[in-house]
Amino acid sequence: MTDLPESGVVKAATKRKISLPKILYSPVGMAGAVICSFSMLVALFAPLISPYSPTAQFTAFLTPGSTGPGGQVFLLGTDHLGRDVLSRVIWGARRVLFFAVLATGSAYVVGVSVGLIAGYYRGWLDDVLSSAANVVLSFPVLVLYVVIISTFGASAFNIVVAVTFASAPGIMRIVRALVLDLRNRDYVASAQTRGEGAFYIMFVEILPNTRSLLIVDACLRLGYTTITIGVLGFLGLGLPPPQPDWGGMINETRAMATFAPHMTVFPCLAISSLVLGLNLLADGLRESAQQD
Amino acid sequence: MLKFIGKRLLMMVGTMLVVSLFTFLLLEVNGENVVVKVLGPYSTQEQRTLWLERNGYFEPAYIRYFQWLGGMLVGDFGQSIKYRAPVADVMWPRLGNTALLALVVFAIMVPMSIIAGVLAGMREGGILDRGISFFAITTTSVPEFASAVLLAYVFVISLGWLPATSAMADGFDPLQLVLPAMVLILFGFGYVARMMRAAMADVMQSNYVRTAILKGMPYRRVIMRHALRNALIAPFTVIILQINWLLSGVIVVEFFFAYRGFGALLLDASLTQDIYLLQACAMVSVVVAVSTQTIADIGYGFLNPRVRFT
Repeated sequence: MTDLPESGVVKAATKRKISLPKILYSPVGMAGAVICSFSMLVALFAPLISPYSPTAQFTAFLTPGSTGPGGQVFLLGTDHLGRDVLSRVIWGARRVLFFAVLATGSAYVVGVSVGLIAGYYRGWLDDVLSSAANVVLSFPVLVLYVVIISTFGASAFNIVVAVTFASAPGIMRIVRALVLDLRNRDYVASAQTRGEGAFYIMFVEILPNTRSLLIVDACLRLGYTTITIGVLGFLGLGLPPPQPDWGGMINETRAMATFAPHMTVFPCLAISSLVLGLNLLADGLRESAQQD
Repeated sequence: MLKFIGKRLLMMVGTMLVVSLFTFLLLEVNGENVVVKVLGPYSTQEQRTLWLERNGYFEPAYIRYFQWLGGMLVGDFGQSIKYRAPVADVMWPRLGNTALLALVVFAIMVPMSIIAGVLAGMREGGILDRGISFFAITTTSVPEFASAVLLAYVFVISLGWLPATSAMADGFDPLQLVLPAMVLILFGFGYVARMMRAAMADVMQSNYVRTAILKGMPYRRVIMRHALRNALIAPFTVIILQINWLLSGVIVVEFFFAYRGFGALLLDASLTQDIYLLQACAMVSVVVAVSTQTIADIGYGFLNPRVRFT
């Protein structure tokens, strides 16, 4: 009986200690983490590992593994304009990941801030913000993207803005629901008593306690954004050429897939594996969060 | 219950009104833009002014908004620029084609994903669960445009079993529906199956299922009588909300396979800036999405009486 409170403390301490690398014990999460870090590393070191420039032109339609007239080796072949497919897939990773992270990050900045404000202040402000979020969420998401991008033009900036506009309401709803629960905790009351400002309480006291759910959500959302950037590129509304992005590469080459499928298949595999990695990572993180 | 339904319906109408205002502002408030798109870039200023005058563009924006809204309510969406025909004549047949595709997708996807989800959730962590879960997460991870490419590569180029496009140029051909439907089924299956599995696994851990097993009830009866009924409540909403997702999915799939449906029409209208057609398509897709959300909410209220009182 006497050691009960103590064992509780010990338990809490050990739980805290193993909470970070716990993902190591989930094979699903580990597989996801490996795939994601592989893509991240490829994107980061694209200038070092890509054999050629992504826009340099050699002989067109070379099959994977063949050698060019100058003795160059093309592991994944060349495309219809004679550009090295491997280099384009590698540089495509850099571009797709850069904009996916940028767009998801900006959606998070907006969504988290609005969610914190709506959940903390409640009242009419919450009503207005929540109904606005519901209106945006009632659009089928790709319809919203197509309408926005085709009206304002396909540029990197507009894609980031459109993704922020379409994703922030979903993030806002999650954060708001969490804040409604957390704002009644003792540590919030104690911060209010010692006279902290509302923004300090929102961002320093409440926000860190929403992290375990938000990290899982961020992985999933990064996957959605990657798909979105791919889909927009595929529909011809994406990042402008000639710099490669996977969706655009698929769209440019799919008509020639009957005789040169390698140009289309490799970008497909690249985007699918990245999204799979993010989904597996989210699954693993959710599992290890539930075990607490 | 009536109050609950009334409240949901009121919210639905409100959302649609706000969305209609949003669509109107985004696309039409700039009359100068519209006329260039209708008459072409080489029309004279005089022609443009005349056209604007005749079509009431010098009226204040709020009057035009209500005229536009009123026209839509009676099914008058204006003229399509590209097709030179009333928008309604162009849009409804296309929507019918997409409804057919959606029907095929749902008729196959829903039973398939429910069975897979139940089998996986029955014994959490078992071999069957691992296999189904891995398959489900893989199919939801492959974007529709990538699976369209990969499936076309296998079934059209390598095996030669299926036609590459689904334009139905020589009349209706069920074979041409197979690939578009397959792409949509694969993507949706993973999501619904995962939801079903989670709901089933939840119910299997509940006290009443444990009691039923412990009192010696046959396993099959426990599943059918106790577990399944309760596990089906949550995925009901998920399945209805798949209609919303399908409206996005058909854009990609119909574009890829050249299927003459609503999604391809919406994309085409936005790329050619066919303003009235685009407005009509955007509004129709939102109306479909919002009404299915409302149906999902009300249906959930029927199935699970607890939510009615929150």
